Amino acid sequence: MQDRNRPIRVLVAKPGLDGHDRGAKVIARALRDAGMEVIYTGIRQSPQMITQAASQEDVDVIGLSILSGAHLEILPEIMSLMREQGMEDVIVVVGGIIPEVDRQPLKDLGISEVFGPGTSTGEIVEYIRESAKDRAGA
Amino acid sequence: MPSSDKKQWQRETLDPAVKRFPERRENFQTDSGLTIDPLYSPENLQAPGLDYDYNRDLGYPGEFPYTRGVQPNTYRGRVWTMRQYSGYGTAAETNARFRYLLDQGQTGLSIAFDLPTQIGYDSDHLLAKGEVGKVGVPICSLADMETLFEGIPMDKVSTSMTINATASLLLCFYIVAARKQGVSQDQISGTVQNDILKEYIARGTYAYPPRPSMRLVVDIFKYCAENVPKWNTISISGYHMREAGATAVQELAFTFSNAIAYVQAALDAGLKIDDFGPRLSFFFVAQNNLFEEVAKFRAARRMWARIMKDRFGAKDPRSMMLRFHTQTAGVTLTAQQTDNNLIRCTVQALSAILGGSQSLHVNSRDEALALPSEDSVQLSLRTQQILAFESGAADVVDPLGGSYYVESLTNELEAKALEYIRRIDDLGGSVAAIEQGFQVREIGDAAYQHRQEVESGDRTIVGVNRFTTEEPPIEGLMRVDEAAARTQVERLEQLRRERDDSKVKSALERLKQVAQTEENTVPAILECVENYCTLGEVCEVLRGVFGEQEGAISF
Repeated sequence: MQDRNRPIRVLVAKPGLDGHDRGAKVIARALRDAGMEVIYTGIRQSPQMITQAASQEDVDVIGLSILSGAHLEILPEIMSLMREQGMEDVIVVVGGIIPEVDRQPLKDLGISEVFGPGTSTGEIVEYIRESAKDRAGA
Repeated sequence: MPSSDKKQWQRETLDPAVKRFPERRENFQTDSGLTIDPLYSPENLQAPGLDYDYNRDLGYPGEFPYTRGVQPNTYRGRVWTMRQYSGYGTAAETNARFRYLLDQGQTGLSIAFDLPTQIGYDSDHLLAKGEVGKVGVPICSLADMETLFEGIPMDKVSTSMTINATASLLLCFYIVAARKQGVSQDQISGTVQNDILKEYIARGTYAYPPRPSMRLVVDIFKYCAENVPKWNTISISGYHMREAGATAVQELAFTFSNAIAYVQAALDAGLKIDDFGPRLSFFFVAQNNLFEEVAKFRAARRMWARIMKDRFGAKDPRSMMLRFHTQTAGVTLTAQQTDNNLIRCTVQALSAILGGSQSLHVNSRDEALALPSEDSVQLSLRTQQILAFESGAADVVDPLGGSYYVESLTNELEAKALEYIRRIDDLGGSVAAIEQGFQVREIGDAAYQHRQEVESGDRTIVGVNRFTTEEPPIEGLMRVDEAAARTQVERLEQLRRERDDSKVKSALERLKQVAQTEENTVPAILECVENYCTLGEVCEVLRGVFGEQEGAISF
């Protein structure tokens, strides 16, 4: 059961081989400054590593950052692993270089939100706070 | 009565005016946080303690300390090399893009490799899934390099390769592909980035831990000093650290502390400073703050000349000359109002020209969203051509030399960067500082501060936090064809079927033995390449001997 008074827990992860982690780290800091508990996986994480870390850390939200264009190959695998492991209630958001036309296909996979370049950290904090609150049933 | 000095002017003329009409901001600062006075005058250079000396600190272009340029006449002989970074899909598709760029008047090539190639995995490796051909071209073997250069004379074109962990391998692919065109290794010219240290600090395409990686870097220095005399053996890069959030001061400091580590490693391996010093080259960003960037390039030349002469005792002037490539700043490209990026790139490119860069890549307007379309790349090239042949900026050496402001910034950036280098020296040098996470922390702090300034509105980004408009999604973005990855994997499978397996095995075995000793690895890698060993096979051998680097998780 979720404890409504505990801070929201977020896993920030970099799937694939992409090493550009400025955005992921800035967002990790912004979420932490907003009072959330944040775990950052580091770069080059496989789908298995990410879902395992999310499950071990019992996070409410997974934030994935991907700039290399591999999102349509990598993200479906993460989502299907999560389904297999009964983690459908964990909120998944994605940021990075994601073309507009890929937004809907990603949402169809069960990804809650896609944040493109130029999104403010304020918007992301707000979105996560609102959607994780729903998850906790508050 | 006119003021007789700056203090009087400030008291009697400036202050009363500001009192009536307050300035736009309380503090004016450069992008790197240096405070900007309202006006610069001779006092800024002649203040006690500064001890400004034209001959010692600036001198003449082509002469020590090269502040004003490494060539006596800079662009009056030949303008900079226009070198647009490109690569995607397959070797055949990239070959077509290269030929197009050369047809359009580009004067050098710059290869973007995909991530599996940069990290040492073949296109059919599990970890390569989704990444093949995406951010660059996949090159898994000599056969791919031969295709990449089909119809491009390798004795005529100079080629820059953004390749680090696998640099020696890609250089060997290039050497052997050239040989197959009848071009010997002493005729080819170009650059391998080969700057592994900044990969641990930013960018992240490392494979092995830092210390064995340093040996691979020095192996290239050694091999090229003896065999590939026209090759730039490294491009020590501030670009990616700055893109990750570093300030201009940090860009200078971390680049040169990495450079110091490479030079020291080569000296420790028994090389002589003037045997490899002239082939060291550099890579910086051209960011938004026009004058700070020009000052940065000038400070960089002076710093490097003094580091090589005073710290390492170089005697050959060519060892002291800082030659560098520049690229405009990817992080400043906005997804909103993308045509604005053309203007940003133009201002940034101008700073590189005013700063005396030897070669330049201008980013494209659509790159916040995708790889650039062919039209966008053509505009980037045209930007360079307009600057070169219409603006007049290329007709005089160091046009901003003597500007009180630019000279003051040059001095200040140098002093602050030297202070940082001393801190890194105290930590045990760049490699030790990297192992302690020093640079990553410093850059992370600067990146976060920058972000907060944008969000508070303290820092304006046109079209993002001011002057915004509603706009439809942009059309005509480049998309890498998914079939490219399948074609690449089929090519690789065909290669594995057709080559001589026993030769492959013995070449890989020989490489393993060499890697375990202190012998130069390059000849053994060449032998692997000649026998069509794949990139993944070679790197697997080296991972086995050297181990793998783990990523950092602090933020």
